[in-house]
Amino acid sequence: MNAPNTPVPTASPALFSVERLSVAFRRRRQPPFVAVREVTFTINENETVALVGESGSGKSVTALAIMGLLPKYVAEVAEVSRVVYRGRDLLQCSDEARRRLRGTEMAMIFQEPMTSLNPVFTVGYQIAEVLRLHKGMSASAAQARCVELLDEVGLPEPRRALVRYPSQLSGGQQQRAMIAMALACTPRLLIADEPTTALDVTVQKQIVELLKTLKARHRMSVLFISHDLALVGEVADRIVVMRHGEIREAGDAEQIFSSPRDRYTQALLQCRPRTDDVPSRLPTIENFMTETECPPLHGEGWDGDGDGDGVSIQPLSPNPAPTRGEGSKAPLLLEVSGLKKSFYKRENLWRRHEIPAVKNASFTLRRGETLGIVGESGSGKTTLGLTLLRLHQATGGTVRFDGNDISALSKEAFMPYRRRMQIVFQNPYASLNPRFTVGQSLLEPILLHRIAADRKAATELTFDWLRRVGLDHEAFDRYPHEFSGGQRQRIALARALTVEPELLICDEPVSALDVSVQAQILNLLKDLQQELGVSYLFISHDLAVVRYLCDTVMVMRDGDIVEIGDVDSLYQNPQNVYTRQLLAAVPRGRDQGAGC
Amino acid sequence: MAKKLHSFEAETVSERGGRGFWSLAWLRFRDDRVGVGSLAFVAVFFVIVFLSALGVVASHWNEEVGIHDAPPDLWGWLTPAAPPEAMGNAAQRAAQTMENTQHREALRPSTVIDPLAETLMQLQRERTDGALSESRVVDPLAETLRILGADGATPSAVKEKSAEKRTSLPLGGDRWGRDVLTKTIKGSQISIAVGLSAALLATLLGTLLGALAGYYGGRTDDVLNWAYSVFNAIPYLLLILAVAAVLQQRGVMTVILILGLTGWTGVFRLIRAEYIKHRGREYVQAAHAFGVPDRRILFYHILPNVSHVALVKVSLLAVGFIKAEVILSFLGFGVAVDEVSWGSMLNDAYQELILGRWWELAAAGGAMALFVTAFSLLTDAMRDALDPKIREAS
Repeated sequence: MNAPNTPVPTASPALFSVERLSVAFRRRRQPPFVAVREVTFTINENETVALVGESGSGKSVTALAIMGLLPKYVAEVAEVSRVVYRGRDLLQCSDEARRRLRGTEMAMIFQEPMTSLNPVFTVGYQIAEVLRLHKGMSASAAQARCVELLDEVGLPEPRRALVRYPSQLSGGQQQRAMIAMALACTPRLLIADEPTTALDVTVQKQIVELLKTLKARHRMSVLFISHDLALVGEVADRIVVMRHGEIREAGDAEQIFSSPRDRYTQALLQCRPRTDDVPSRLPTIENFMTETECPPLHGEGWDGDGDGDGVSIQPLSPNPAPTRGEGSKAPLLLEVSGLKKSFYKRENLWRRHEIPAVKNASFTLRRGETLGIVGESGSGKTTLGLTLLRLHQATGGTVRFDGNDISALSKEAFMPYRRRMQIVFQNPYASLNPRFTVGQSLLEPILLHRIAADRKAATELTFDWLRRVGLDHEAFDRYPHEFSGGQRQRIALARALTVEPELLICDEPVSALDVSVQAQILNLLKDLQQELGVSYLFISHDLAVVRYLCDTVMVMRDGDIVEIGDVDSLYQNPQNVYTRQLLAAVPRGRDQGAGC
Repeated sequence: MAKKLHSFEAETVSERGGRGFWSLAWLRFRDDRVGVGSLAFVAVFFVIVFLSALGVVASHWNEEVGIHDAPPDLWGWLTPAAPPEAMGNAAQRAAQTMENTQHREALRPSTVIDPLAETLMQLQRERTDGALSESRVVDPLAETLRILGADGATPSAVKEKSAEKRTSLPLGGDRWGRDVLTKTIKGSQISIAVGLSAALLATLLGTLLGALAGYYGGRTDDVLNWAYSVFNAIPYLLLILAVAAVLQQRGVMTVILILGLTGWTGVFRLIRAEYIKHRGREYVQAAHAFGVPDRRILFYHILPNVSHVALVKVSLLAVGFIKAEVILSFLGFGVAVDEVSWGSMLNDAYQELILGRWWELAAAGGAMALFVTAFSLLTDAMRDALDPKIREAS
């Protein structure tokens, strides 16, 4: 309705095409790094195309190249590349012409809504700015349009939201505001770069639904970039799978899910744990990529039950692990009752404002078992973990570890328990001291707790742990930044295990990792549990991962435990409304006949 | 927009594994051409300062080796503008010009090196032409100069002495005929020592207090913040004067103490903020989970990660303190009269500048500018090389 120029006669279906796009980044004293190599795809009108890949696959660089947002002083686009929009090669256009296209014809939304909105301007001002710049609207007209837009993206009370600052909105609301800004001039192409990755799973579902309706209403084309194949399956018409800057496979969403041709795509589909069935062990990308023979593809689709390489993918048991959960006779390791943790914010000299993070948590954990704690951000699950370790001082309640009440022990008396319970954190980049070698990091707890007789024995011990988590002992003298995220998480795991703890709290240990690496770390955790008999308290927002690893699951919301129960019964028959909402929000991709 | 691509070669993985932290930092530093250049300059300065401190060079800076206000010849590059007799000393010449305007023409040759001569002459001409010819308001220094001239440096005395003394010096001489070059070297020694020691003292103090305040928070933080606010609320000069009054003596040590004890506040704020940031980091929490003692977390775990902040601050403070020493010298709280620093040289030089004696100012100012610039660039490069977040990929 308000498209500025009447669309070109409908004969050309491809609104937009990328042909042989290659992008390289200049480096000092090294050959340029090629981030994107010969990428070709098209986007038709009113179509959603998804770019899927792990970190470093070049999907974001592709999007930035399309938008013309790559910094020219480091990025070079190859001469043969063409980015054609309505018959015009954008790469040949002037910067000014491209600037005018951005916002009016093509718009982009980013992963982190918090950082992509300017914190010092109100939401209304930022949206109105787009309208005033591109459409030359007056202030009052722009404001009226803002209200419309905010209403359209589903922000409650759009008039009030107009004068709010980004920090006064929640993550989901911020992303809605971002979308409103992108929609301001009704672009023909919307590029969404990981638009929901920073959001909770229920919010993610809302945002994805919103994008779908907006696309249908405005007949937009959408380029949806994500690492999550299951999520993409819910929105995309066509899918382009990328790895290391190259396209591995491209095709209709149905085809990608039902009969993926490329091994990497197969691996991506398979190594992600799912909520609806549990393999005893996850296949990893290596399993797929290192095999030389191609697994024969069956007509009914790929489902891992013995296609070719039976070594890596063990057959799925129809009713997984009958010994899990109930009926376990292992002794209790951890008994928590009425645990409470509040933070206090000082309002003025006399009054403090109480912010409860964990309210009245009670649960038990048996030796050698895994308790999953599930919840969205702000549910208090991390605080609970830190309070158990006394990294936060509990406000109330008792914690019994191996029968002893440890909640009132002095710092010195608690010292032995520091050996018996350990923690692995979410962010492998922050959990290792960047100034310590791996060896220093691993030796410290051993020497501190006098586990080894002397330094030599301690060093031997660290070599042993490095080997157990799948690292070479050469890692000993290296610094954390020389390792990838997955390797760092292995190091963090080895460090926690050096003191031979009986309880290991895993706080989102795989959330920051790529899908393929996730599978490796999850397998490693499972192996180590079998080998060492250690209990895990597994904190995660990811229901599929929890399903794969845990025996018992506890669902938290706003500091309360809303449901606790055996993993299979909770997933199959959730009692609480919130649990059901959470489970329903998990993206499932396309339903594939064989129930992969 | 589209440009030619050099080559699409595969990424080469950098083989830097297994090296120590410092050797990695050195590798990164070596790549920085500006850093290496500034390191060379600073090294030269340090060698000179070291030799001077040992008394190998510039130990006789206080001797009057040249004639008064001997002009610079830059080892023969620059021909001294005037014969020494014509140069005379400042007082004499000023007195002469005051008394006898006819001699103006005779003195002309010396004006080549005097950028203000034209102006002075203009002034004098106006004065002789006008009715106010005897007024001394125009030249506030005239009286002083006349007294100085009468004091001992009579024309005949000057003539006698200058016969044994050098008529020109590489960087010129000062009012007493001391060699500006050796004076600059000796001055560098004192100034750099003062600047660096005071900066180290201030940074040490600020880092220690900032670490405690940021890490422990709560009461400790309140008390230290109170101290910080008190120090910051008092005007800087007033504070310096107060400390100087308490210390009751002049000298290098005093200057270091004054600057160090008043300059820690900026470091304190920065380091405190860094510790607040780091105490919540996961690697610190992991250390807590192992029961690592607080002292060890404070100085063994966190300090190396924030040290680059302190390092940058040392350089900024050193530069600032070298300049602050000038102000202190000016106010009479600087180095003692029998010592020399860039500050005291500048203080001497500003009085002589009006008479065209630019070389002392140029020598002290040039040395100071060179060192300060090189030192800032060096610490910048060091910061980049030491920062673990700047990866090798750059």
